[in-house]
Amino acid sequence: MWTDYLIYILLGIGLIFNGLGSIGLLRFPDVYTRLHAATKATTFGSIFTSLGVVTWAFTQLYLTGNSWNLTLALHTIIAMAALILTNPVGAHAIARAAHRSGVLPKYAVVDRLEEVKK
Amino acid sequence: MIDVWFLTAFILMIWLFLSLLRVILGPTAPDRVVALDTINTLIVALMVILAVAYNQIIYVDVAIVYALLSFVTTLYIAKYLEGGI
Amino acid sequence: MLEFIITTIVTFVIYLVLTAGSGNFGFLSLEEIIMGVFLSVIVGAITRNYLCKSRNYRMLNPVRWLLFLIYGFGPFFFAMAKANLDVAYRVITGKIRPGIVKIDPQLKTDYGITFLANSITLTPGTLSVDVDEDNVLYVHWINIPEGEEKKEYADIKKVCGKFPEWTRRVAE
Repeated sequence: MWTDYLIYILLGIGLIFNGLGSIGLLRFPDVYTRLHAATKATTFGSIFTSLGVVTWAFTQLYLTGNSWNLTLALHTIIAMAALILTNPVGAHAIARAAHRSGVLPKYAVVDRLEEVKK
Repeated sequence: MIDVWFLTAFILMIWLFLSLLRVILGPTAPDRVVALDTINTLIVALMVILAVAYNQIIYVDVAIVYALLSFVTTLYIAKYLEGGI
Repeated sequence: MLEFIITTIVTFVIYLVLTAGSGNFGFLSLEEIIMGVFLSVIVGAITRNYLCKSRNYRMLNPVRWLLFLIYGFGPFFFAMAKANLDVAYRVITGKIRPGIVKIDPQLKTDYGITFLANSITLTPGTLSVDVDEDNVLYVHWINIPEGEEKKEYADIKKVCGKFPEWTRRVAE
Protein backbone atom coordinates (compact mmCIF):
# COMPACT_ATOMS: atom_id res chain seq x y z
CA MET A 1 0.00 0.00 0.00
CA TRP A 2 1.10 3.57 -0.62
CA THR A 3 0.26 4.47 2.99
CA ASP A 4 3.35 2.49 4.07
CA TYR A 5 5.53 5.37 2.92
CA LEU A 6 3.27 7.87 4.71
CA ILE A 7 3.66 5.82 7.90
CA TYR A 8 7.46 5.78 7.53
CA ILE A 9 7.49 9.56 7.05
CA LEU A 10 5.24 10.17 10.09
CA LEU A 11 7.29 7.85 12.31
CA GLY A 12 10.50 9.48 11.09
CA ILE A 13 9.29 13.02 11.89
CA GLY A 14 8.10 11.85 15.30
CA LEU A 15 11.42 10.20 16.12
CA ILE A 16 13.40 13.26 15.00
CA PHE A 17 11.42 15.63 17.22
CA ASN A 18 11.42 13.27 20.20
CA GLY A 19 15.19 13.03 19.81
CA LEU A 20 15.53 16.81 19.65
CA GLY A 21 13.58 17.00 22.91
CA SER A 22 15.93 14.58 24.64
CA ILE A 23 19.07 16.24 23.27
CA GLY A 24 17.76 19.69 24.17
CA LEU A 25 17.12 18.43 27.69
CA LEU A 26 20.83 17.58 27.94
CA ARG A 27 22.12 20.65 26.12
CA PHE A 28 20.24 23.67 27.51
CA PRO A 29 21.59 25.49 30.57
CA ASP A 30 18.67 25.82 33.03
CA VAL A 31 15.24 24.48 34.01
CA TYR A 32 13.11 26.86 31.94
CA THR A 33 14.94 26.41 28.65
CA ARG A 34 14.94 22.66 29.23
CA LEU A 35 11.19 22.80 29.70
CA HIS A 36 10.91 24.51 26.31
CA ALA A 37 12.74 21.66 24.61
CA ALA A 38 11.11 18.87 26.60
CA THR A 39 7.48 19.99 26.42
CA LYS A 40 7.19 21.26 22.86
CA ALA A 41 9.39 18.77 21.08
CA THR A 42 8.22 15.59 22.82
CA THR A 43 4.53 16.54 22.57
CA PHE A 44 4.87 17.19 18.87
CA GLY A 45 6.96 14.06 18.29
CA SER A 46 4.51 11.85 20.18
CA ILE A 47 1.62 13.28 18.14
CA PHE A 48 3.40 12.23 14.97
CA THR A 49 4.29 8.71 16.11
CA SER A 50 0.66 8.27 17.22
CA LEU A 51 -0.54 9.56 13.84
CA GLY A 52 1.62 6.89 12.25
CA VAL A 53 -0.15 4.24 14.33
CA VAL A 54 -3.59 5.72 13.44
CA THR A 55 -2.71 5.66 9.74
CA TRP A 56 -1.58 2.03 10.02
CA ALA A 57 -4.80 1.09 11.85
CA PHE A 58 -7.05 2.71 9.25
CA THR A 59 -5.10 1.07 6.43
CA GLN A 60 -5.56 -2.34 8.05
CA LEU A 61 -9.25 -1.57 8.63
CA TYR A 62 -9.61 -0.82 4.92
CA LEU A 63 -7.67 -3.93 3.88
CA THR A 64 -9.07 -6.52 6.31
CA GLY A 65 -12.27 -4.97 7.70
CA ASN A 66 -11.40 -6.18 11.19
CA SER A 67 -13.00 -3.92 13.84
CA TRP A 68 -10.00 -4.49 16.16
CA ASN A 69 -8.20 -1.85 14.08
CA LEU A 70 -10.92 0.73 14.68
CA THR A 71 -10.58 0.17 18.42
CA LEU A 72 -6.82 0.64 18.14
CA ALA A 73 -7.21 3.89 16.19
CA LEU A 74 -9.79 5.38 18.58
CA HIS A 75 -7.79 4.45 21.68
CA THR A 76 -4.64 5.92 20.16
CA ILE A 77 -6.50 9.17 19.44
CA ILE A 78 -7.67 9.29 23.07
CA ALA A 79 -4.10 8.72 24.34
CA MET A 80 -2.92 11.51 22.03
CA ALA A 81 -5.63 13.89 23.28
CA ALA A 82 -4.68 13.09 26.88
CA LEU A 83 -1.05 13.98 26.08
CA ILE A 84 -1.95 17.27 24.36
CA LEU A 85 -4.21 18.36 27.21
CA THR A 86 -1.96 17.34 30.12
CA ASN A 87 1.56 18.20 28.91
CA PRO A 88 1.35 22.02 28.92
CA VAL A 89 -0.37 22.05 32.30
CA GLY A 90 2.39 19.86 33.75
CA ALA A 91 5.06 22.12 32.27
CA HIS A 92 3.33 25.17 33.71
CA ALA A 93 3.18 23.54 37.17
CA ILE A 94 6.89 22.64 37.08
CA ALA A 95 7.91 26.13 35.94
CA ARG A 96 5.89 27.79 38.69
CA ALA A 97 7.19 25.37 41.33
CA ALA A 98 10.78 25.94 40.16
CA HIS A 99 10.44 29.70 40.39
CA ARG A 100 8.77 29.60 43.79
CA SER A 101 11.37 27.19 45.18
CA GLY A 102 14.08 29.69 44.28
CA VAL A 103 15.59 28.33 41.04
CA LEU A 104 16.12 31.47 38.95
CA PRO A 105 16.68 31.48 35.17
CA LYS A 106 20.37 31.53 34.21
CA TYR A 107 21.66 34.16 31.73
CA ALA A 108 18.30 35.96 31.97
CA VAL A 109 18.27 39.52 30.65
CA VAL A 110 15.08 40.36 32.56
CA ASP A 111 13.01 38.69 35.30
CA ARG A 112 9.75 40.54 36.01
CA LEU A 113 8.39 37.81 38.29
CA GLU A 114 11.36 38.14 40.68
CA GLU A 115 10.80 41.92 40.85
CA VAL A 116 7.16 41.39 41.80
CA LYS A 117 7.95 38.90 44.55
CA LYS A 118 10.19 41.36 46.41
CA MET B 1 14.05 -7.30 7.21
CA ILE B 2 13.77 -5.57 10.57
CA ASP B 3 10.21 -4.73 11.59
CA VAL B 4 9.78 -0.94 11.40
CA TRP B 5 7.72 -0.85 14.62
CA PHE B 6 10.41 -2.57 16.67
CA LEU B 7 13.02 -0.27 15.13
CA THR B 8 10.96 2.79 16.15
CA ALA B 9 10.52 1.39 19.65
CA PHE B 10 14.27 0.79 19.90
CA ILE B 11 15.12 4.37 18.87
CA LEU B 12 12.54 5.71 21.34
CA MET B 13 14.28 3.63 24.03
CA ILE B 14 17.57 5.38 23.17
CA TRP B 15 15.94 8.82 23.59
CA LEU B 16 14.44 7.60 26.86
CA PHE B 17 17.86 6.65 28.23
CA LEU B 18 19.27 10.02 27.13
CA SER B 19 16.55 11.69 29.21
CA LEU B 20 17.37 9.35 32.10
CA LEU B 21 20.88 10.82 32.01
CA ARG B 22 19.37 14.19 32.95
CA VAL B 23 17.53 12.60 35.89
CA ILE B 24 20.90 11.33 37.15
CA LEU B 25 22.92 14.50 36.37
CA GLY B 26 20.36 17.26 37.06
CA PRO B 27 21.82 19.75 39.53
CA THR B 28 18.47 20.80 41.04
CA ALA B 29 15.23 18.99 41.85
CA PRO B 30 13.12 20.79 39.16
CA ASP B 31 15.61 19.61 36.50
CA ARG B 32 14.96 16.04 37.53
CA VAL B 33 11.19 16.55 37.46
CA VAL B 34 11.40 17.98 33.93
CA ALA B 35 13.37 14.93 32.80
CA LEU B 36 10.85 12.62 34.50
CA ASP B 37 7.99 14.37 32.71
CA THR B 38 9.78 13.89 29.38
CA ILE B 39 10.30 10.21 30.16
CA ASN B 40 6.58 9.84 30.90
CA THR B 41 5.63 11.34 27.53
CA LEU B 42 8.12 9.10 25.74
CA ILE B 43 6.80 6.01 27.54
CA VAL B 44 3.27 6.79 26.35
CA ALA B 45 4.55 7.10 22.75
CA LEU B 46 6.53 3.87 23.19
CA MET B 47 3.52 1.94 24.50
CA VAL B 48 1.38 3.02 21.54
CA ILE B 49 4.13 1.81 19.17
CA LEU B 50 4.48 -1.50 21.06
CA ALA B 51 0.73 -2.08 20.81
CA VAL B 52 1.16 -2.34 17.05
CA ALA B 53 4.42 -4.27 17.29
CA TYR B 54 2.91 -6.98 19.50
CA ASN B 55 -0.69 -6.75 18.17
CA GLN B 56 -2.02 -6.24 21.70
CA ILE B 57 -4.53 -3.44 22.25
CA ILE B 58 -4.09 -3.54 26.03
CA TYR B 59 -0.85 -1.54 25.64
CA VAL B 60 -2.82 1.51 24.44
CA ASP B 61 -5.28 1.24 27.33
CA VAL B 62 -2.39 1.14 29.77
CA ALA B 63 -0.86 4.12 27.96
CA ILE B 64 -4.02 6.23 28.46
CA VAL B 65 -4.11 5.47 32.19
CA TYR B 66 -0.35 6.01 32.45
CA ALA B 67 -0.61 9.43 30.77
CA LEU B 68 -3.32 10.60 33.17
CA LEU B 69 -1.67 9.19 36.30
CA SER B 70 1.76 10.58 35.40
CA PHE B 71 0.13 13.99 34.98
CA VAL B 72 -1.26 13.77 38.52
CA THR B 73 2.17 12.69 39.78
CA THR B 74 3.84 15.66 38.10
CA LEU B 75 1.33 18.08 39.63
CA TYR B 76 1.87 16.54 43.05
CA ILE B 77 5.67 16.76 42.86
CA ALA B 78 5.36 20.37 41.66
CA LYS B 79 3.12 21.18 44.61
CA TYR B 80 5.63 19.55 46.96
CA LEU B 81 8.48 21.66 45.51
CA GLU B 82 6.43 24.83 46.04
CA GLY B 83 6.08 23.88 49.68
CA GLY B 84 2.33 23.26 49.48
CA ILE B 85 2.35 19.85 51.19
CA MET C 1 -29.04 19.49 37.79
CA LEU C 2 -27.55 20.82 34.55
CA GLU C 3 -24.01 20.04 35.68
CA PHE C 4 -25.06 16.46 36.49
CA ILE C 5 -26.48 16.02 32.98
CA ILE C 6 -23.37 17.50 31.33
CA THR C 7 -21.01 15.29 33.34
CA THR C 8 -23.09 12.19 32.57
CA ILE C 9 -23.17 12.90 28.84
CA VAL C 10 -19.43 13.59 28.65
CA THR C 11 -18.63 10.39 30.58
CA PHE C 12 -21.02 8.37 28.41
CA VAL C 13 -19.50 9.65 25.15
CA ILE C 14 -15.98 8.81 26.36
CA TYR C 15 -17.18 5.34 27.39
CA LEU C 16 -18.72 4.77 23.95
CA VAL C 17 -15.53 5.87 22.19
CA LEU C 18 -13.45 3.55 24.40
CA THR C 19 -15.66 0.54 23.71
CA ALA C 20 -16.25 1.14 19.97
CA GLY C 21 -15.44 -1.85 17.80
CA SER C 22 -16.46 -4.41 20.43
CA GLY C 23 -19.69 -5.63 18.78
CA ASN C 24 -21.84 -5.54 15.67
CA PHE C 25 -24.50 -3.01 16.80
CA GLY C 26 -23.03 -0.35 14.50
CA PHE C 27 -19.52 -1.04 15.86
CA LEU C 28 -20.97 -0.95 19.40
CA SER C 29 -22.50 -3.75 21.42
CA LEU C 30 -25.80 -3.48 23.29
CA GLU C 31 -24.36 -4.72 26.61
CA GLU C 32 -21.70 -2.02 26.55
CA ILE C 33 -24.30 0.71 25.94
CA ILE C 34 -26.45 -0.42 28.89
CA MET C 35 -23.39 -0.74 31.12
CA GLY C 36 -22.19 2.67 29.91
CA VAL C 37 -25.47 4.40 30.83
CA PHE C 38 -25.40 2.77 34.27
CA LEU C 39 -21.77 3.68 35.00
CA SER C 40 -21.94 7.23 33.64
CA VAL C 41 -24.99 8.03 35.78
CA ILE C 42 -23.08 6.86 38.87
CA VAL C 43 -19.93 8.80 37.90
CA GLY C 44 -21.98 11.87 37.01
CA ALA C 45 -23.74 11.79 40.39
CA ILE C 46 -20.46 11.52 42.29
CA THR C 47 -18.36 14.06 40.37
CA ARG C 48 -20.99 16.62 39.33
CA ASN C 49 -19.33 19.42 41.31
CA TYR C 50 -15.94 19.19 39.57
CA LEU C 51 -16.43 19.50 35.80
CA CYS C 52 -18.59 22.65 35.89
CA LYS C 53 -17.12 24.24 38.98
CA SER C 54 -17.57 27.84 37.84
CA ARG C 55 -21.28 27.35 36.92
CA ASN C 56 -20.44 28.92 33.57
CA TYR C 57 -22.19 27.20 30.67
CA ARG C 58 -20.74 29.32 27.87
CA MET C 59 -18.85 26.37 26.38
CA LEU C 60 -22.08 24.47 25.63
CA ASN C 61 -22.53 26.49 22.44
CA PRO C 62 -21.78 24.27 19.36
CA VAL C 63 -20.41 27.27 17.45
CA ARG C 64 -17.61 27.45 20.01
CA TRP C 65 -16.83 23.73 19.49
CA LEU C 66 -16.58 24.33 15.76
CA LEU C 67 -14.32 27.35 16.33
CA PHE C 68 -12.25 25.24 18.74
CA LEU C 69 -11.74 22.54 16.09
CA ILE C 70 -10.86 25.13 13.43
CA TYR C 71 -8.41 26.71 15.85
CA GLY C 72 -6.90 23.36 16.81
CA PHE C 73 -6.27 22.14 13.29
CA GLY C 74 -5.50 25.51 11.72
CA PRO C 75 -3.51 28.28 13.45
CA PHE C 76 -2.61 26.23 16.51
CA PHE C 77 -1.12 23.29 14.64
CA PHE C 78 0.75 25.64 12.32
CA ALA C 79 2.18 27.60 15.28
CA MET C 80 3.16 24.33 16.96
CA ALA C 81 5.08 23.17 13.88
CA LYS C 82 6.85 26.54 13.77
CA ALA C 83 7.63 26.26 17.49
CA ASN C 84 9.27 22.90 16.98
CA LEU C 85 11.43 24.12 14.10
CA ASP C 86 12.39 27.03 16.36
CA VAL C 87 13.32 24.66 19.21
CA ALA C 88 15.28 22.52 16.76
CA TYR C 89 17.21 25.59 15.62
CA ARG C 90 18.02 26.60 19.21
CA VAL C 91 19.01 23.06 20.22
CA ILE C 92 21.46 22.84 17.34
CA THR C 93 22.95 26.35 17.48
CA GLY C 94 22.54 27.11 21.21
CA LYS C 95 21.61 30.77 20.55
CA ILE C 96 19.40 31.88 23.43
CA ARG C 97 18.58 35.17 25.18
CA PRO C 98 16.10 34.13 27.89
CA GLY C 99 14.07 36.13 30.37
CA ILE C 100 10.70 36.33 32.08
CA VAL C 101 8.38 39.07 30.77
CA LYS C 102 4.93 40.26 31.77
CA ILE C 103 1.97 40.40 29.39
CA ASP C 104 -1.55 41.66 29.98
CA PRO C 105 -3.95 39.79 27.66
CA GLN C 106 -7.06 41.51 29.13
CA LEU C 107 -9.06 38.32 29.57
CA LYS C 108 -11.60 37.98 32.35
CA THR C 109 -12.61 34.34 32.74
CA ASP C 110 -10.68 31.33 34.04
CA TYR C 111 -11.47 29.35 30.88
CA GLY C 112 -9.92 32.05 28.76
CA ILE C 113 -6.74 32.37 30.77
CA THR C 114 -6.24 28.57 30.92
CA PHE C 115 -6.78 28.31 27.18
CA LEU C 116 -4.32 31.11 26.42
CA ALA C 117 -1.68 29.81 28.86
CA ASN C 118 -1.77 26.34 27.30
CA SER C 119 -1.59 27.80 23.81
CA ILE C 120 1.39 29.94 24.79
CA THR C 121 3.25 26.96 26.23
CA LEU C 122 3.02 24.97 23.01
CA THR C 123 3.84 27.80 20.59
CA PRO C 124 7.10 29.44 19.47
CA GLY C 125 9.68 30.36 22.07
CA THR C 126 7.37 31.01 25.03
CA LEU C 127 6.37 29.18 28.22
CA SER C 128 3.85 30.49 30.74
CA VAL C 129 5.28 30.49 34.27
CA ASP C 130 2.83 32.23 36.59
CA VAL C 131 -0.41 34.18 36.70
CA ASP C 132 -1.54 36.71 39.29
CA GLU C 133 -4.94 37.90 40.52
CA ASP C 134 -5.47 40.43 37.73
CA ASN C 135 -4.92 37.75 35.04
CA VAL C 136 -1.47 39.11 34.16
CA LEU C 137 0.63 36.30 32.70
CA TYR C 138 4.35 35.88 33.37
CA VAL C 139 5.93 34.30 30.32
CA HIS C 140 9.40 32.79 29.96
CA TRP C 141 10.66 33.88 26.55
CA ILE C 142 13.62 32.01 25.12
CA ASN C 143 14.77 34.69 22.69
CA ILE C 144 13.92 38.27 23.72
CA PRO C 145 14.39 40.80 20.88
CA GLU C 146 16.69 43.76 21.63
CA GLY C 147 14.99 46.54 23.59
CA GLU C 148 11.94 44.46 24.53
CA GLU C 149 13.23 43.80 28.08
CA LYS C 150 13.05 47.48 29.07
CA LYS C 151 9.27 47.77 28.69
CA GLU C 152 6.99 47.17 31.67
CA TYR C 153 4.57 45.03 29.65
CA ALA C 154 5.95 43.16 26.67
CA ASP C 155 4.40 43.58 23.23
CA ILE C 156 1.61 41.00 23.10
CA LYS C 157 1.79 40.68 19.31
CA LYS C 158 5.42 39.59 19.53
CA VAL C 159 4.81 37.11 22.36
CA CYS C 160 1.76 35.22 21.16
CA GLY C 161 0.58 36.69 17.87
CA LYS C 162 -3.15 36.41 17.26
CA PHE C 163 -3.92 33.99 20.13
CA PRO C 164 -5.73 36.47 22.44
CA GLU C 165 -8.26 37.21 19.68
CA TRP C 166 -8.82 33.50 19.10
CA THR C 167 -9.17 32.96 22.83
CA ARG C 168 -11.81 35.67 23.00
CA ARG C 169 -13.68 34.05 20.12
CA VAL C 170 -13.51 30.51 21.49
CA ALA C 171 -13.60 30.77 25.28
CA GLU C 172 -14.83 34.20 26.37
